[in-house]
Amino acid sequence: MRLRLFTTNHRALGILYLFLALAAVTVGTLLSLIMRIHRVWPNLALPFLGVLKPEGYLALVTMHGTLMVFFVLTTAPQIGFANLVLPEQIGARSMAFPRLNAAAFWLTAVALLVLLAAFVVPQGAPISGWTSYPPLSAIAAAGPGQGAGMDLWLASIGIFCFASWLAAVNMLATILGERRAGMSWSHMPMTVWAWLITSILTLLVFSVLLAAIVLLFSDRHFGSSFFVPMGDLVNGHIVGRGDGSPLLWLHLFWFFGHPEVYIAVLPGMGLATSLFANFARRRPVTYRLMAAMLVAIGFLGLLVWGHHMFVSGMNPYAGTGFALTTMAIAVPSTVEVLCWLAMLWGGGLLLRTPMLFALGFLSFFIAGGLTGPLLAQPALDMYLHNTFFVVAHFHLVMAMAGVFSIFAGIYYWYPLITGRMMNETLGKVHFWITLITAYGTFFPMHLSGLAGEPRHYERLSGPATSFPTLLPVERGITHSALLLAGAQLFFLWNVFASARRGRAAEPNPWEATTLEWAPENERGRVERGPYEYEIAMNETNFHPQWERAAKEE
Amino acid sequence: MPATFTRHPVEIERKDTGIGGKPPLDRRPTGGGGDGDNWENRPSGRRGPRELLGRYRLGVLFALAGDLMFFVALVSAFFVRQSAGHFDARENYVSDWHPLAVPPILWINTAILILSSLTMEMARRQLFHEIDVMDEWLGLGRPAVKRAAPWLVATVVLGSLFLAGQWIAWEQLVQQGFYYNSPDPSSHFFYLITGTHGIHLLLGVMALAAALAALFVLRRVELRQIVVDCTAWYWHTMGLFWIFLFALLVFFQ
Repeated sequence: MRLRLFTTNHRALGILYLFLALAAVTVGTLLSLIMRIHRVWPNLALPFLGVLKPEGYLALVTMHGTLMVFFVLTTAPQIGFANLVLPEQIGARSMAFPRLNAAAFWLTAVALLVLLAAFVVPQGAPISGWTSYPPLSAIAAAGPGQGAGMDLWLASIGIFCFASWLAAVNMLATILGERRAGMSWSHMPMTVWAWLITSILTLLVFSVLLAAIVLLFSDRHFGSSFFVPMGDLVNGHIVGRGDGSPLLWLHLFWFFGHPEVYIAVLPGMGLATSLFANFARRRPVTYRLMAAMLVAIGFLGLLVWGHHMFVSGMNPYAGTGFALTTMAIAVPSTVEVLCWLAMLWGGGLLLRTPMLFALGFLSFFIAGGLTGPLLAQPALDMYLHNTFFVVAHFHLVMAMAGVFSIFAGIYYWYPLITGRMMNETLGKVHFWITLITAYGTFFPMHLSGLAGEPRHYERLSGPATSFPTLLPVERGITHSALLLAGAQLFFLWNVFASARRGRAAEPNPWEATTLEWAPENERGRVERGPYEYEIAMNETNFHPQWERAAKEE
Repeated sequence: MPATFTRHPVEIERKDTGIGGKPPLDRRPTGGGGDGDNWENRPSGRRGPRELLGRYRLGVLFALAGDLMFFVALVSAFFVRQSAGHFDARENYVSDWHPLAVPPILWINTAILILSSLTMEMARRQLFHEIDVMDEWLGLGRPAVKRAAPWLVATVVLGSLFLAGQWIAWEQLVQQGFYYNSPDPSSHFFYLITGTHGIHLLLGVMALAAALAALFVLRRVELRQIVVDCTAWYWHTMGLFWIFLFALLVFFQ
């Protein structure tokens, strides 16, 4: 397919979104590698950078988090994949508002450039983390990078909010208004359910983040006092002008920030359901329950933001309430996992690369999810919150699960886009190395976190006796992270080489049932559910959605 | 028993009336008169004359839902900030929040905005008379445009008056010594809320002007309806938002 730059074609835009995510993930990964190397060899002079200063390390933390959360995990699984296949999956010809869709992409690209520009302004990138807690983020004098760099961060995320909001409006109007005849709620693939929910979440929470950014910007430049507390002392100067409340930012930010996790992971859950059905050749045990649980996760996700704030000085009674809602969200998540396990039960799985990555997604979702209810206890979180335990938790459940779902989607839909298959052997090598090194990178962080290793610290020094014993763990993590990043070269090689030399794909290479694989001219009424795979072992053991329903009688 | 109470046998619905009968009831599509009349069953793009209007309305609805959350965030920040404070030297909890008396001109502005919503609705309704389509088709001019344009002009004038009124309110506050960056947080919130709402209305007035131009430029009746209809829903929603925000500023200081 030829790619025009200012296109309004949804599939071309999907590819552009994936390239944008690839650019962001490349930069974000390089930043994380510099962090890992610095943690183990803090006095090493790096090429171009020299010896990293403590504030330089914080700038890396900030930019790594911002790039990965916003520009990779929000764009690729949600808007990127939805642009690739959503209209086809619901039997529409295009998105409801193609030009709005294109505008959303270009605004996202501008947001990425504005963010990256923070590296080159005087004093460099901001240091207040991807969460930008005030007062650090509210006062330019609070640290290097908190002047122009922080303003660029705010501008970038503001533009990103607006772009996501446009994309969500487009996706909602498409899903609700453009479905083909017969594409009822119970005929929609689970990915469409997931995109429906994430779009609603995007609409609700990115607007709140935008409001918070407006308030913070006003604190920085127009002399208001929304977030800066009374008597706040920065570099020997009192900067607090009124009774501003940093907690107010935390509430607004995490009201966005927690649903954001589900925006990143729900599309992966939908995709995993589709892939498990496809490669296990089975129907989901209960389609309705799985769809309902996705909705429940999305809804409960709006009510749990306070669990990020147990140690922030929030009222402990509020903490108890948030602990309850957080533990409640484990219920629909567990139901989903059990439904997947029930689908996989009995084996006979076709272990092609997309399926392997979907299984990897499931593995990380469980491994990272199990520590969720632990961190939901305010008493445990008091100890664990500022340790690497939390880093391990969210890198497994959000980052690795999200990234594996992105890989699964790319390997799965690659033939749809290029007409060629990706190399299966390279794919499997990529999968196994990535799986092992991802666990090697993030699993030991649980142990170092339990041992008390704090996060956001650039190096382990000081009186604590446990630090020398943690160094071997740190070294192992760094080596594993380098291998993890290196393994992605297999993937990149596979993507670009297969586009030219890959084996030509059949029209429906995975023998899938959903409509994106339908023949070009197939525009009939949808009469079948999305996952009609039969267990019977004969030639036609699946019924695609574009097939007419069998006559009764 | 009188004869008028004689019970007539109710016609029994039969699933399949057989050859020569009506089509089976259970397979009759809903809406429309018969086979193929249900627009929802057609591919998108060919679902009847109101399809595009419905699509744009849906888009505007969702966009406004997101916008509502923006204002909800501002309003919740208002309440949180109102209750924020600190302990002074004698352990008293003191707050820097002092209620702000809103300039009385806001009441007039509110009345103007409500009036503008009425004129907007009049303009919107002028575009949906079915008979006009026939007139236009027969080459008898554009009666809908002729009727709607004055109402749109009235809305633009009233909307601009509202914005001018808000400006005057800010001038009055400045004269009383309340600036955006006065130490008082209620002052920040007043300017922030009226300001962000004002920006929305400024965009609204621009959209109204564009809709007015579009009435004369656009040749398809459908597109003219869409432009005015979507602007109208935006305008009504901003009016509604203002009533809530105004109530907040007046009664919840």
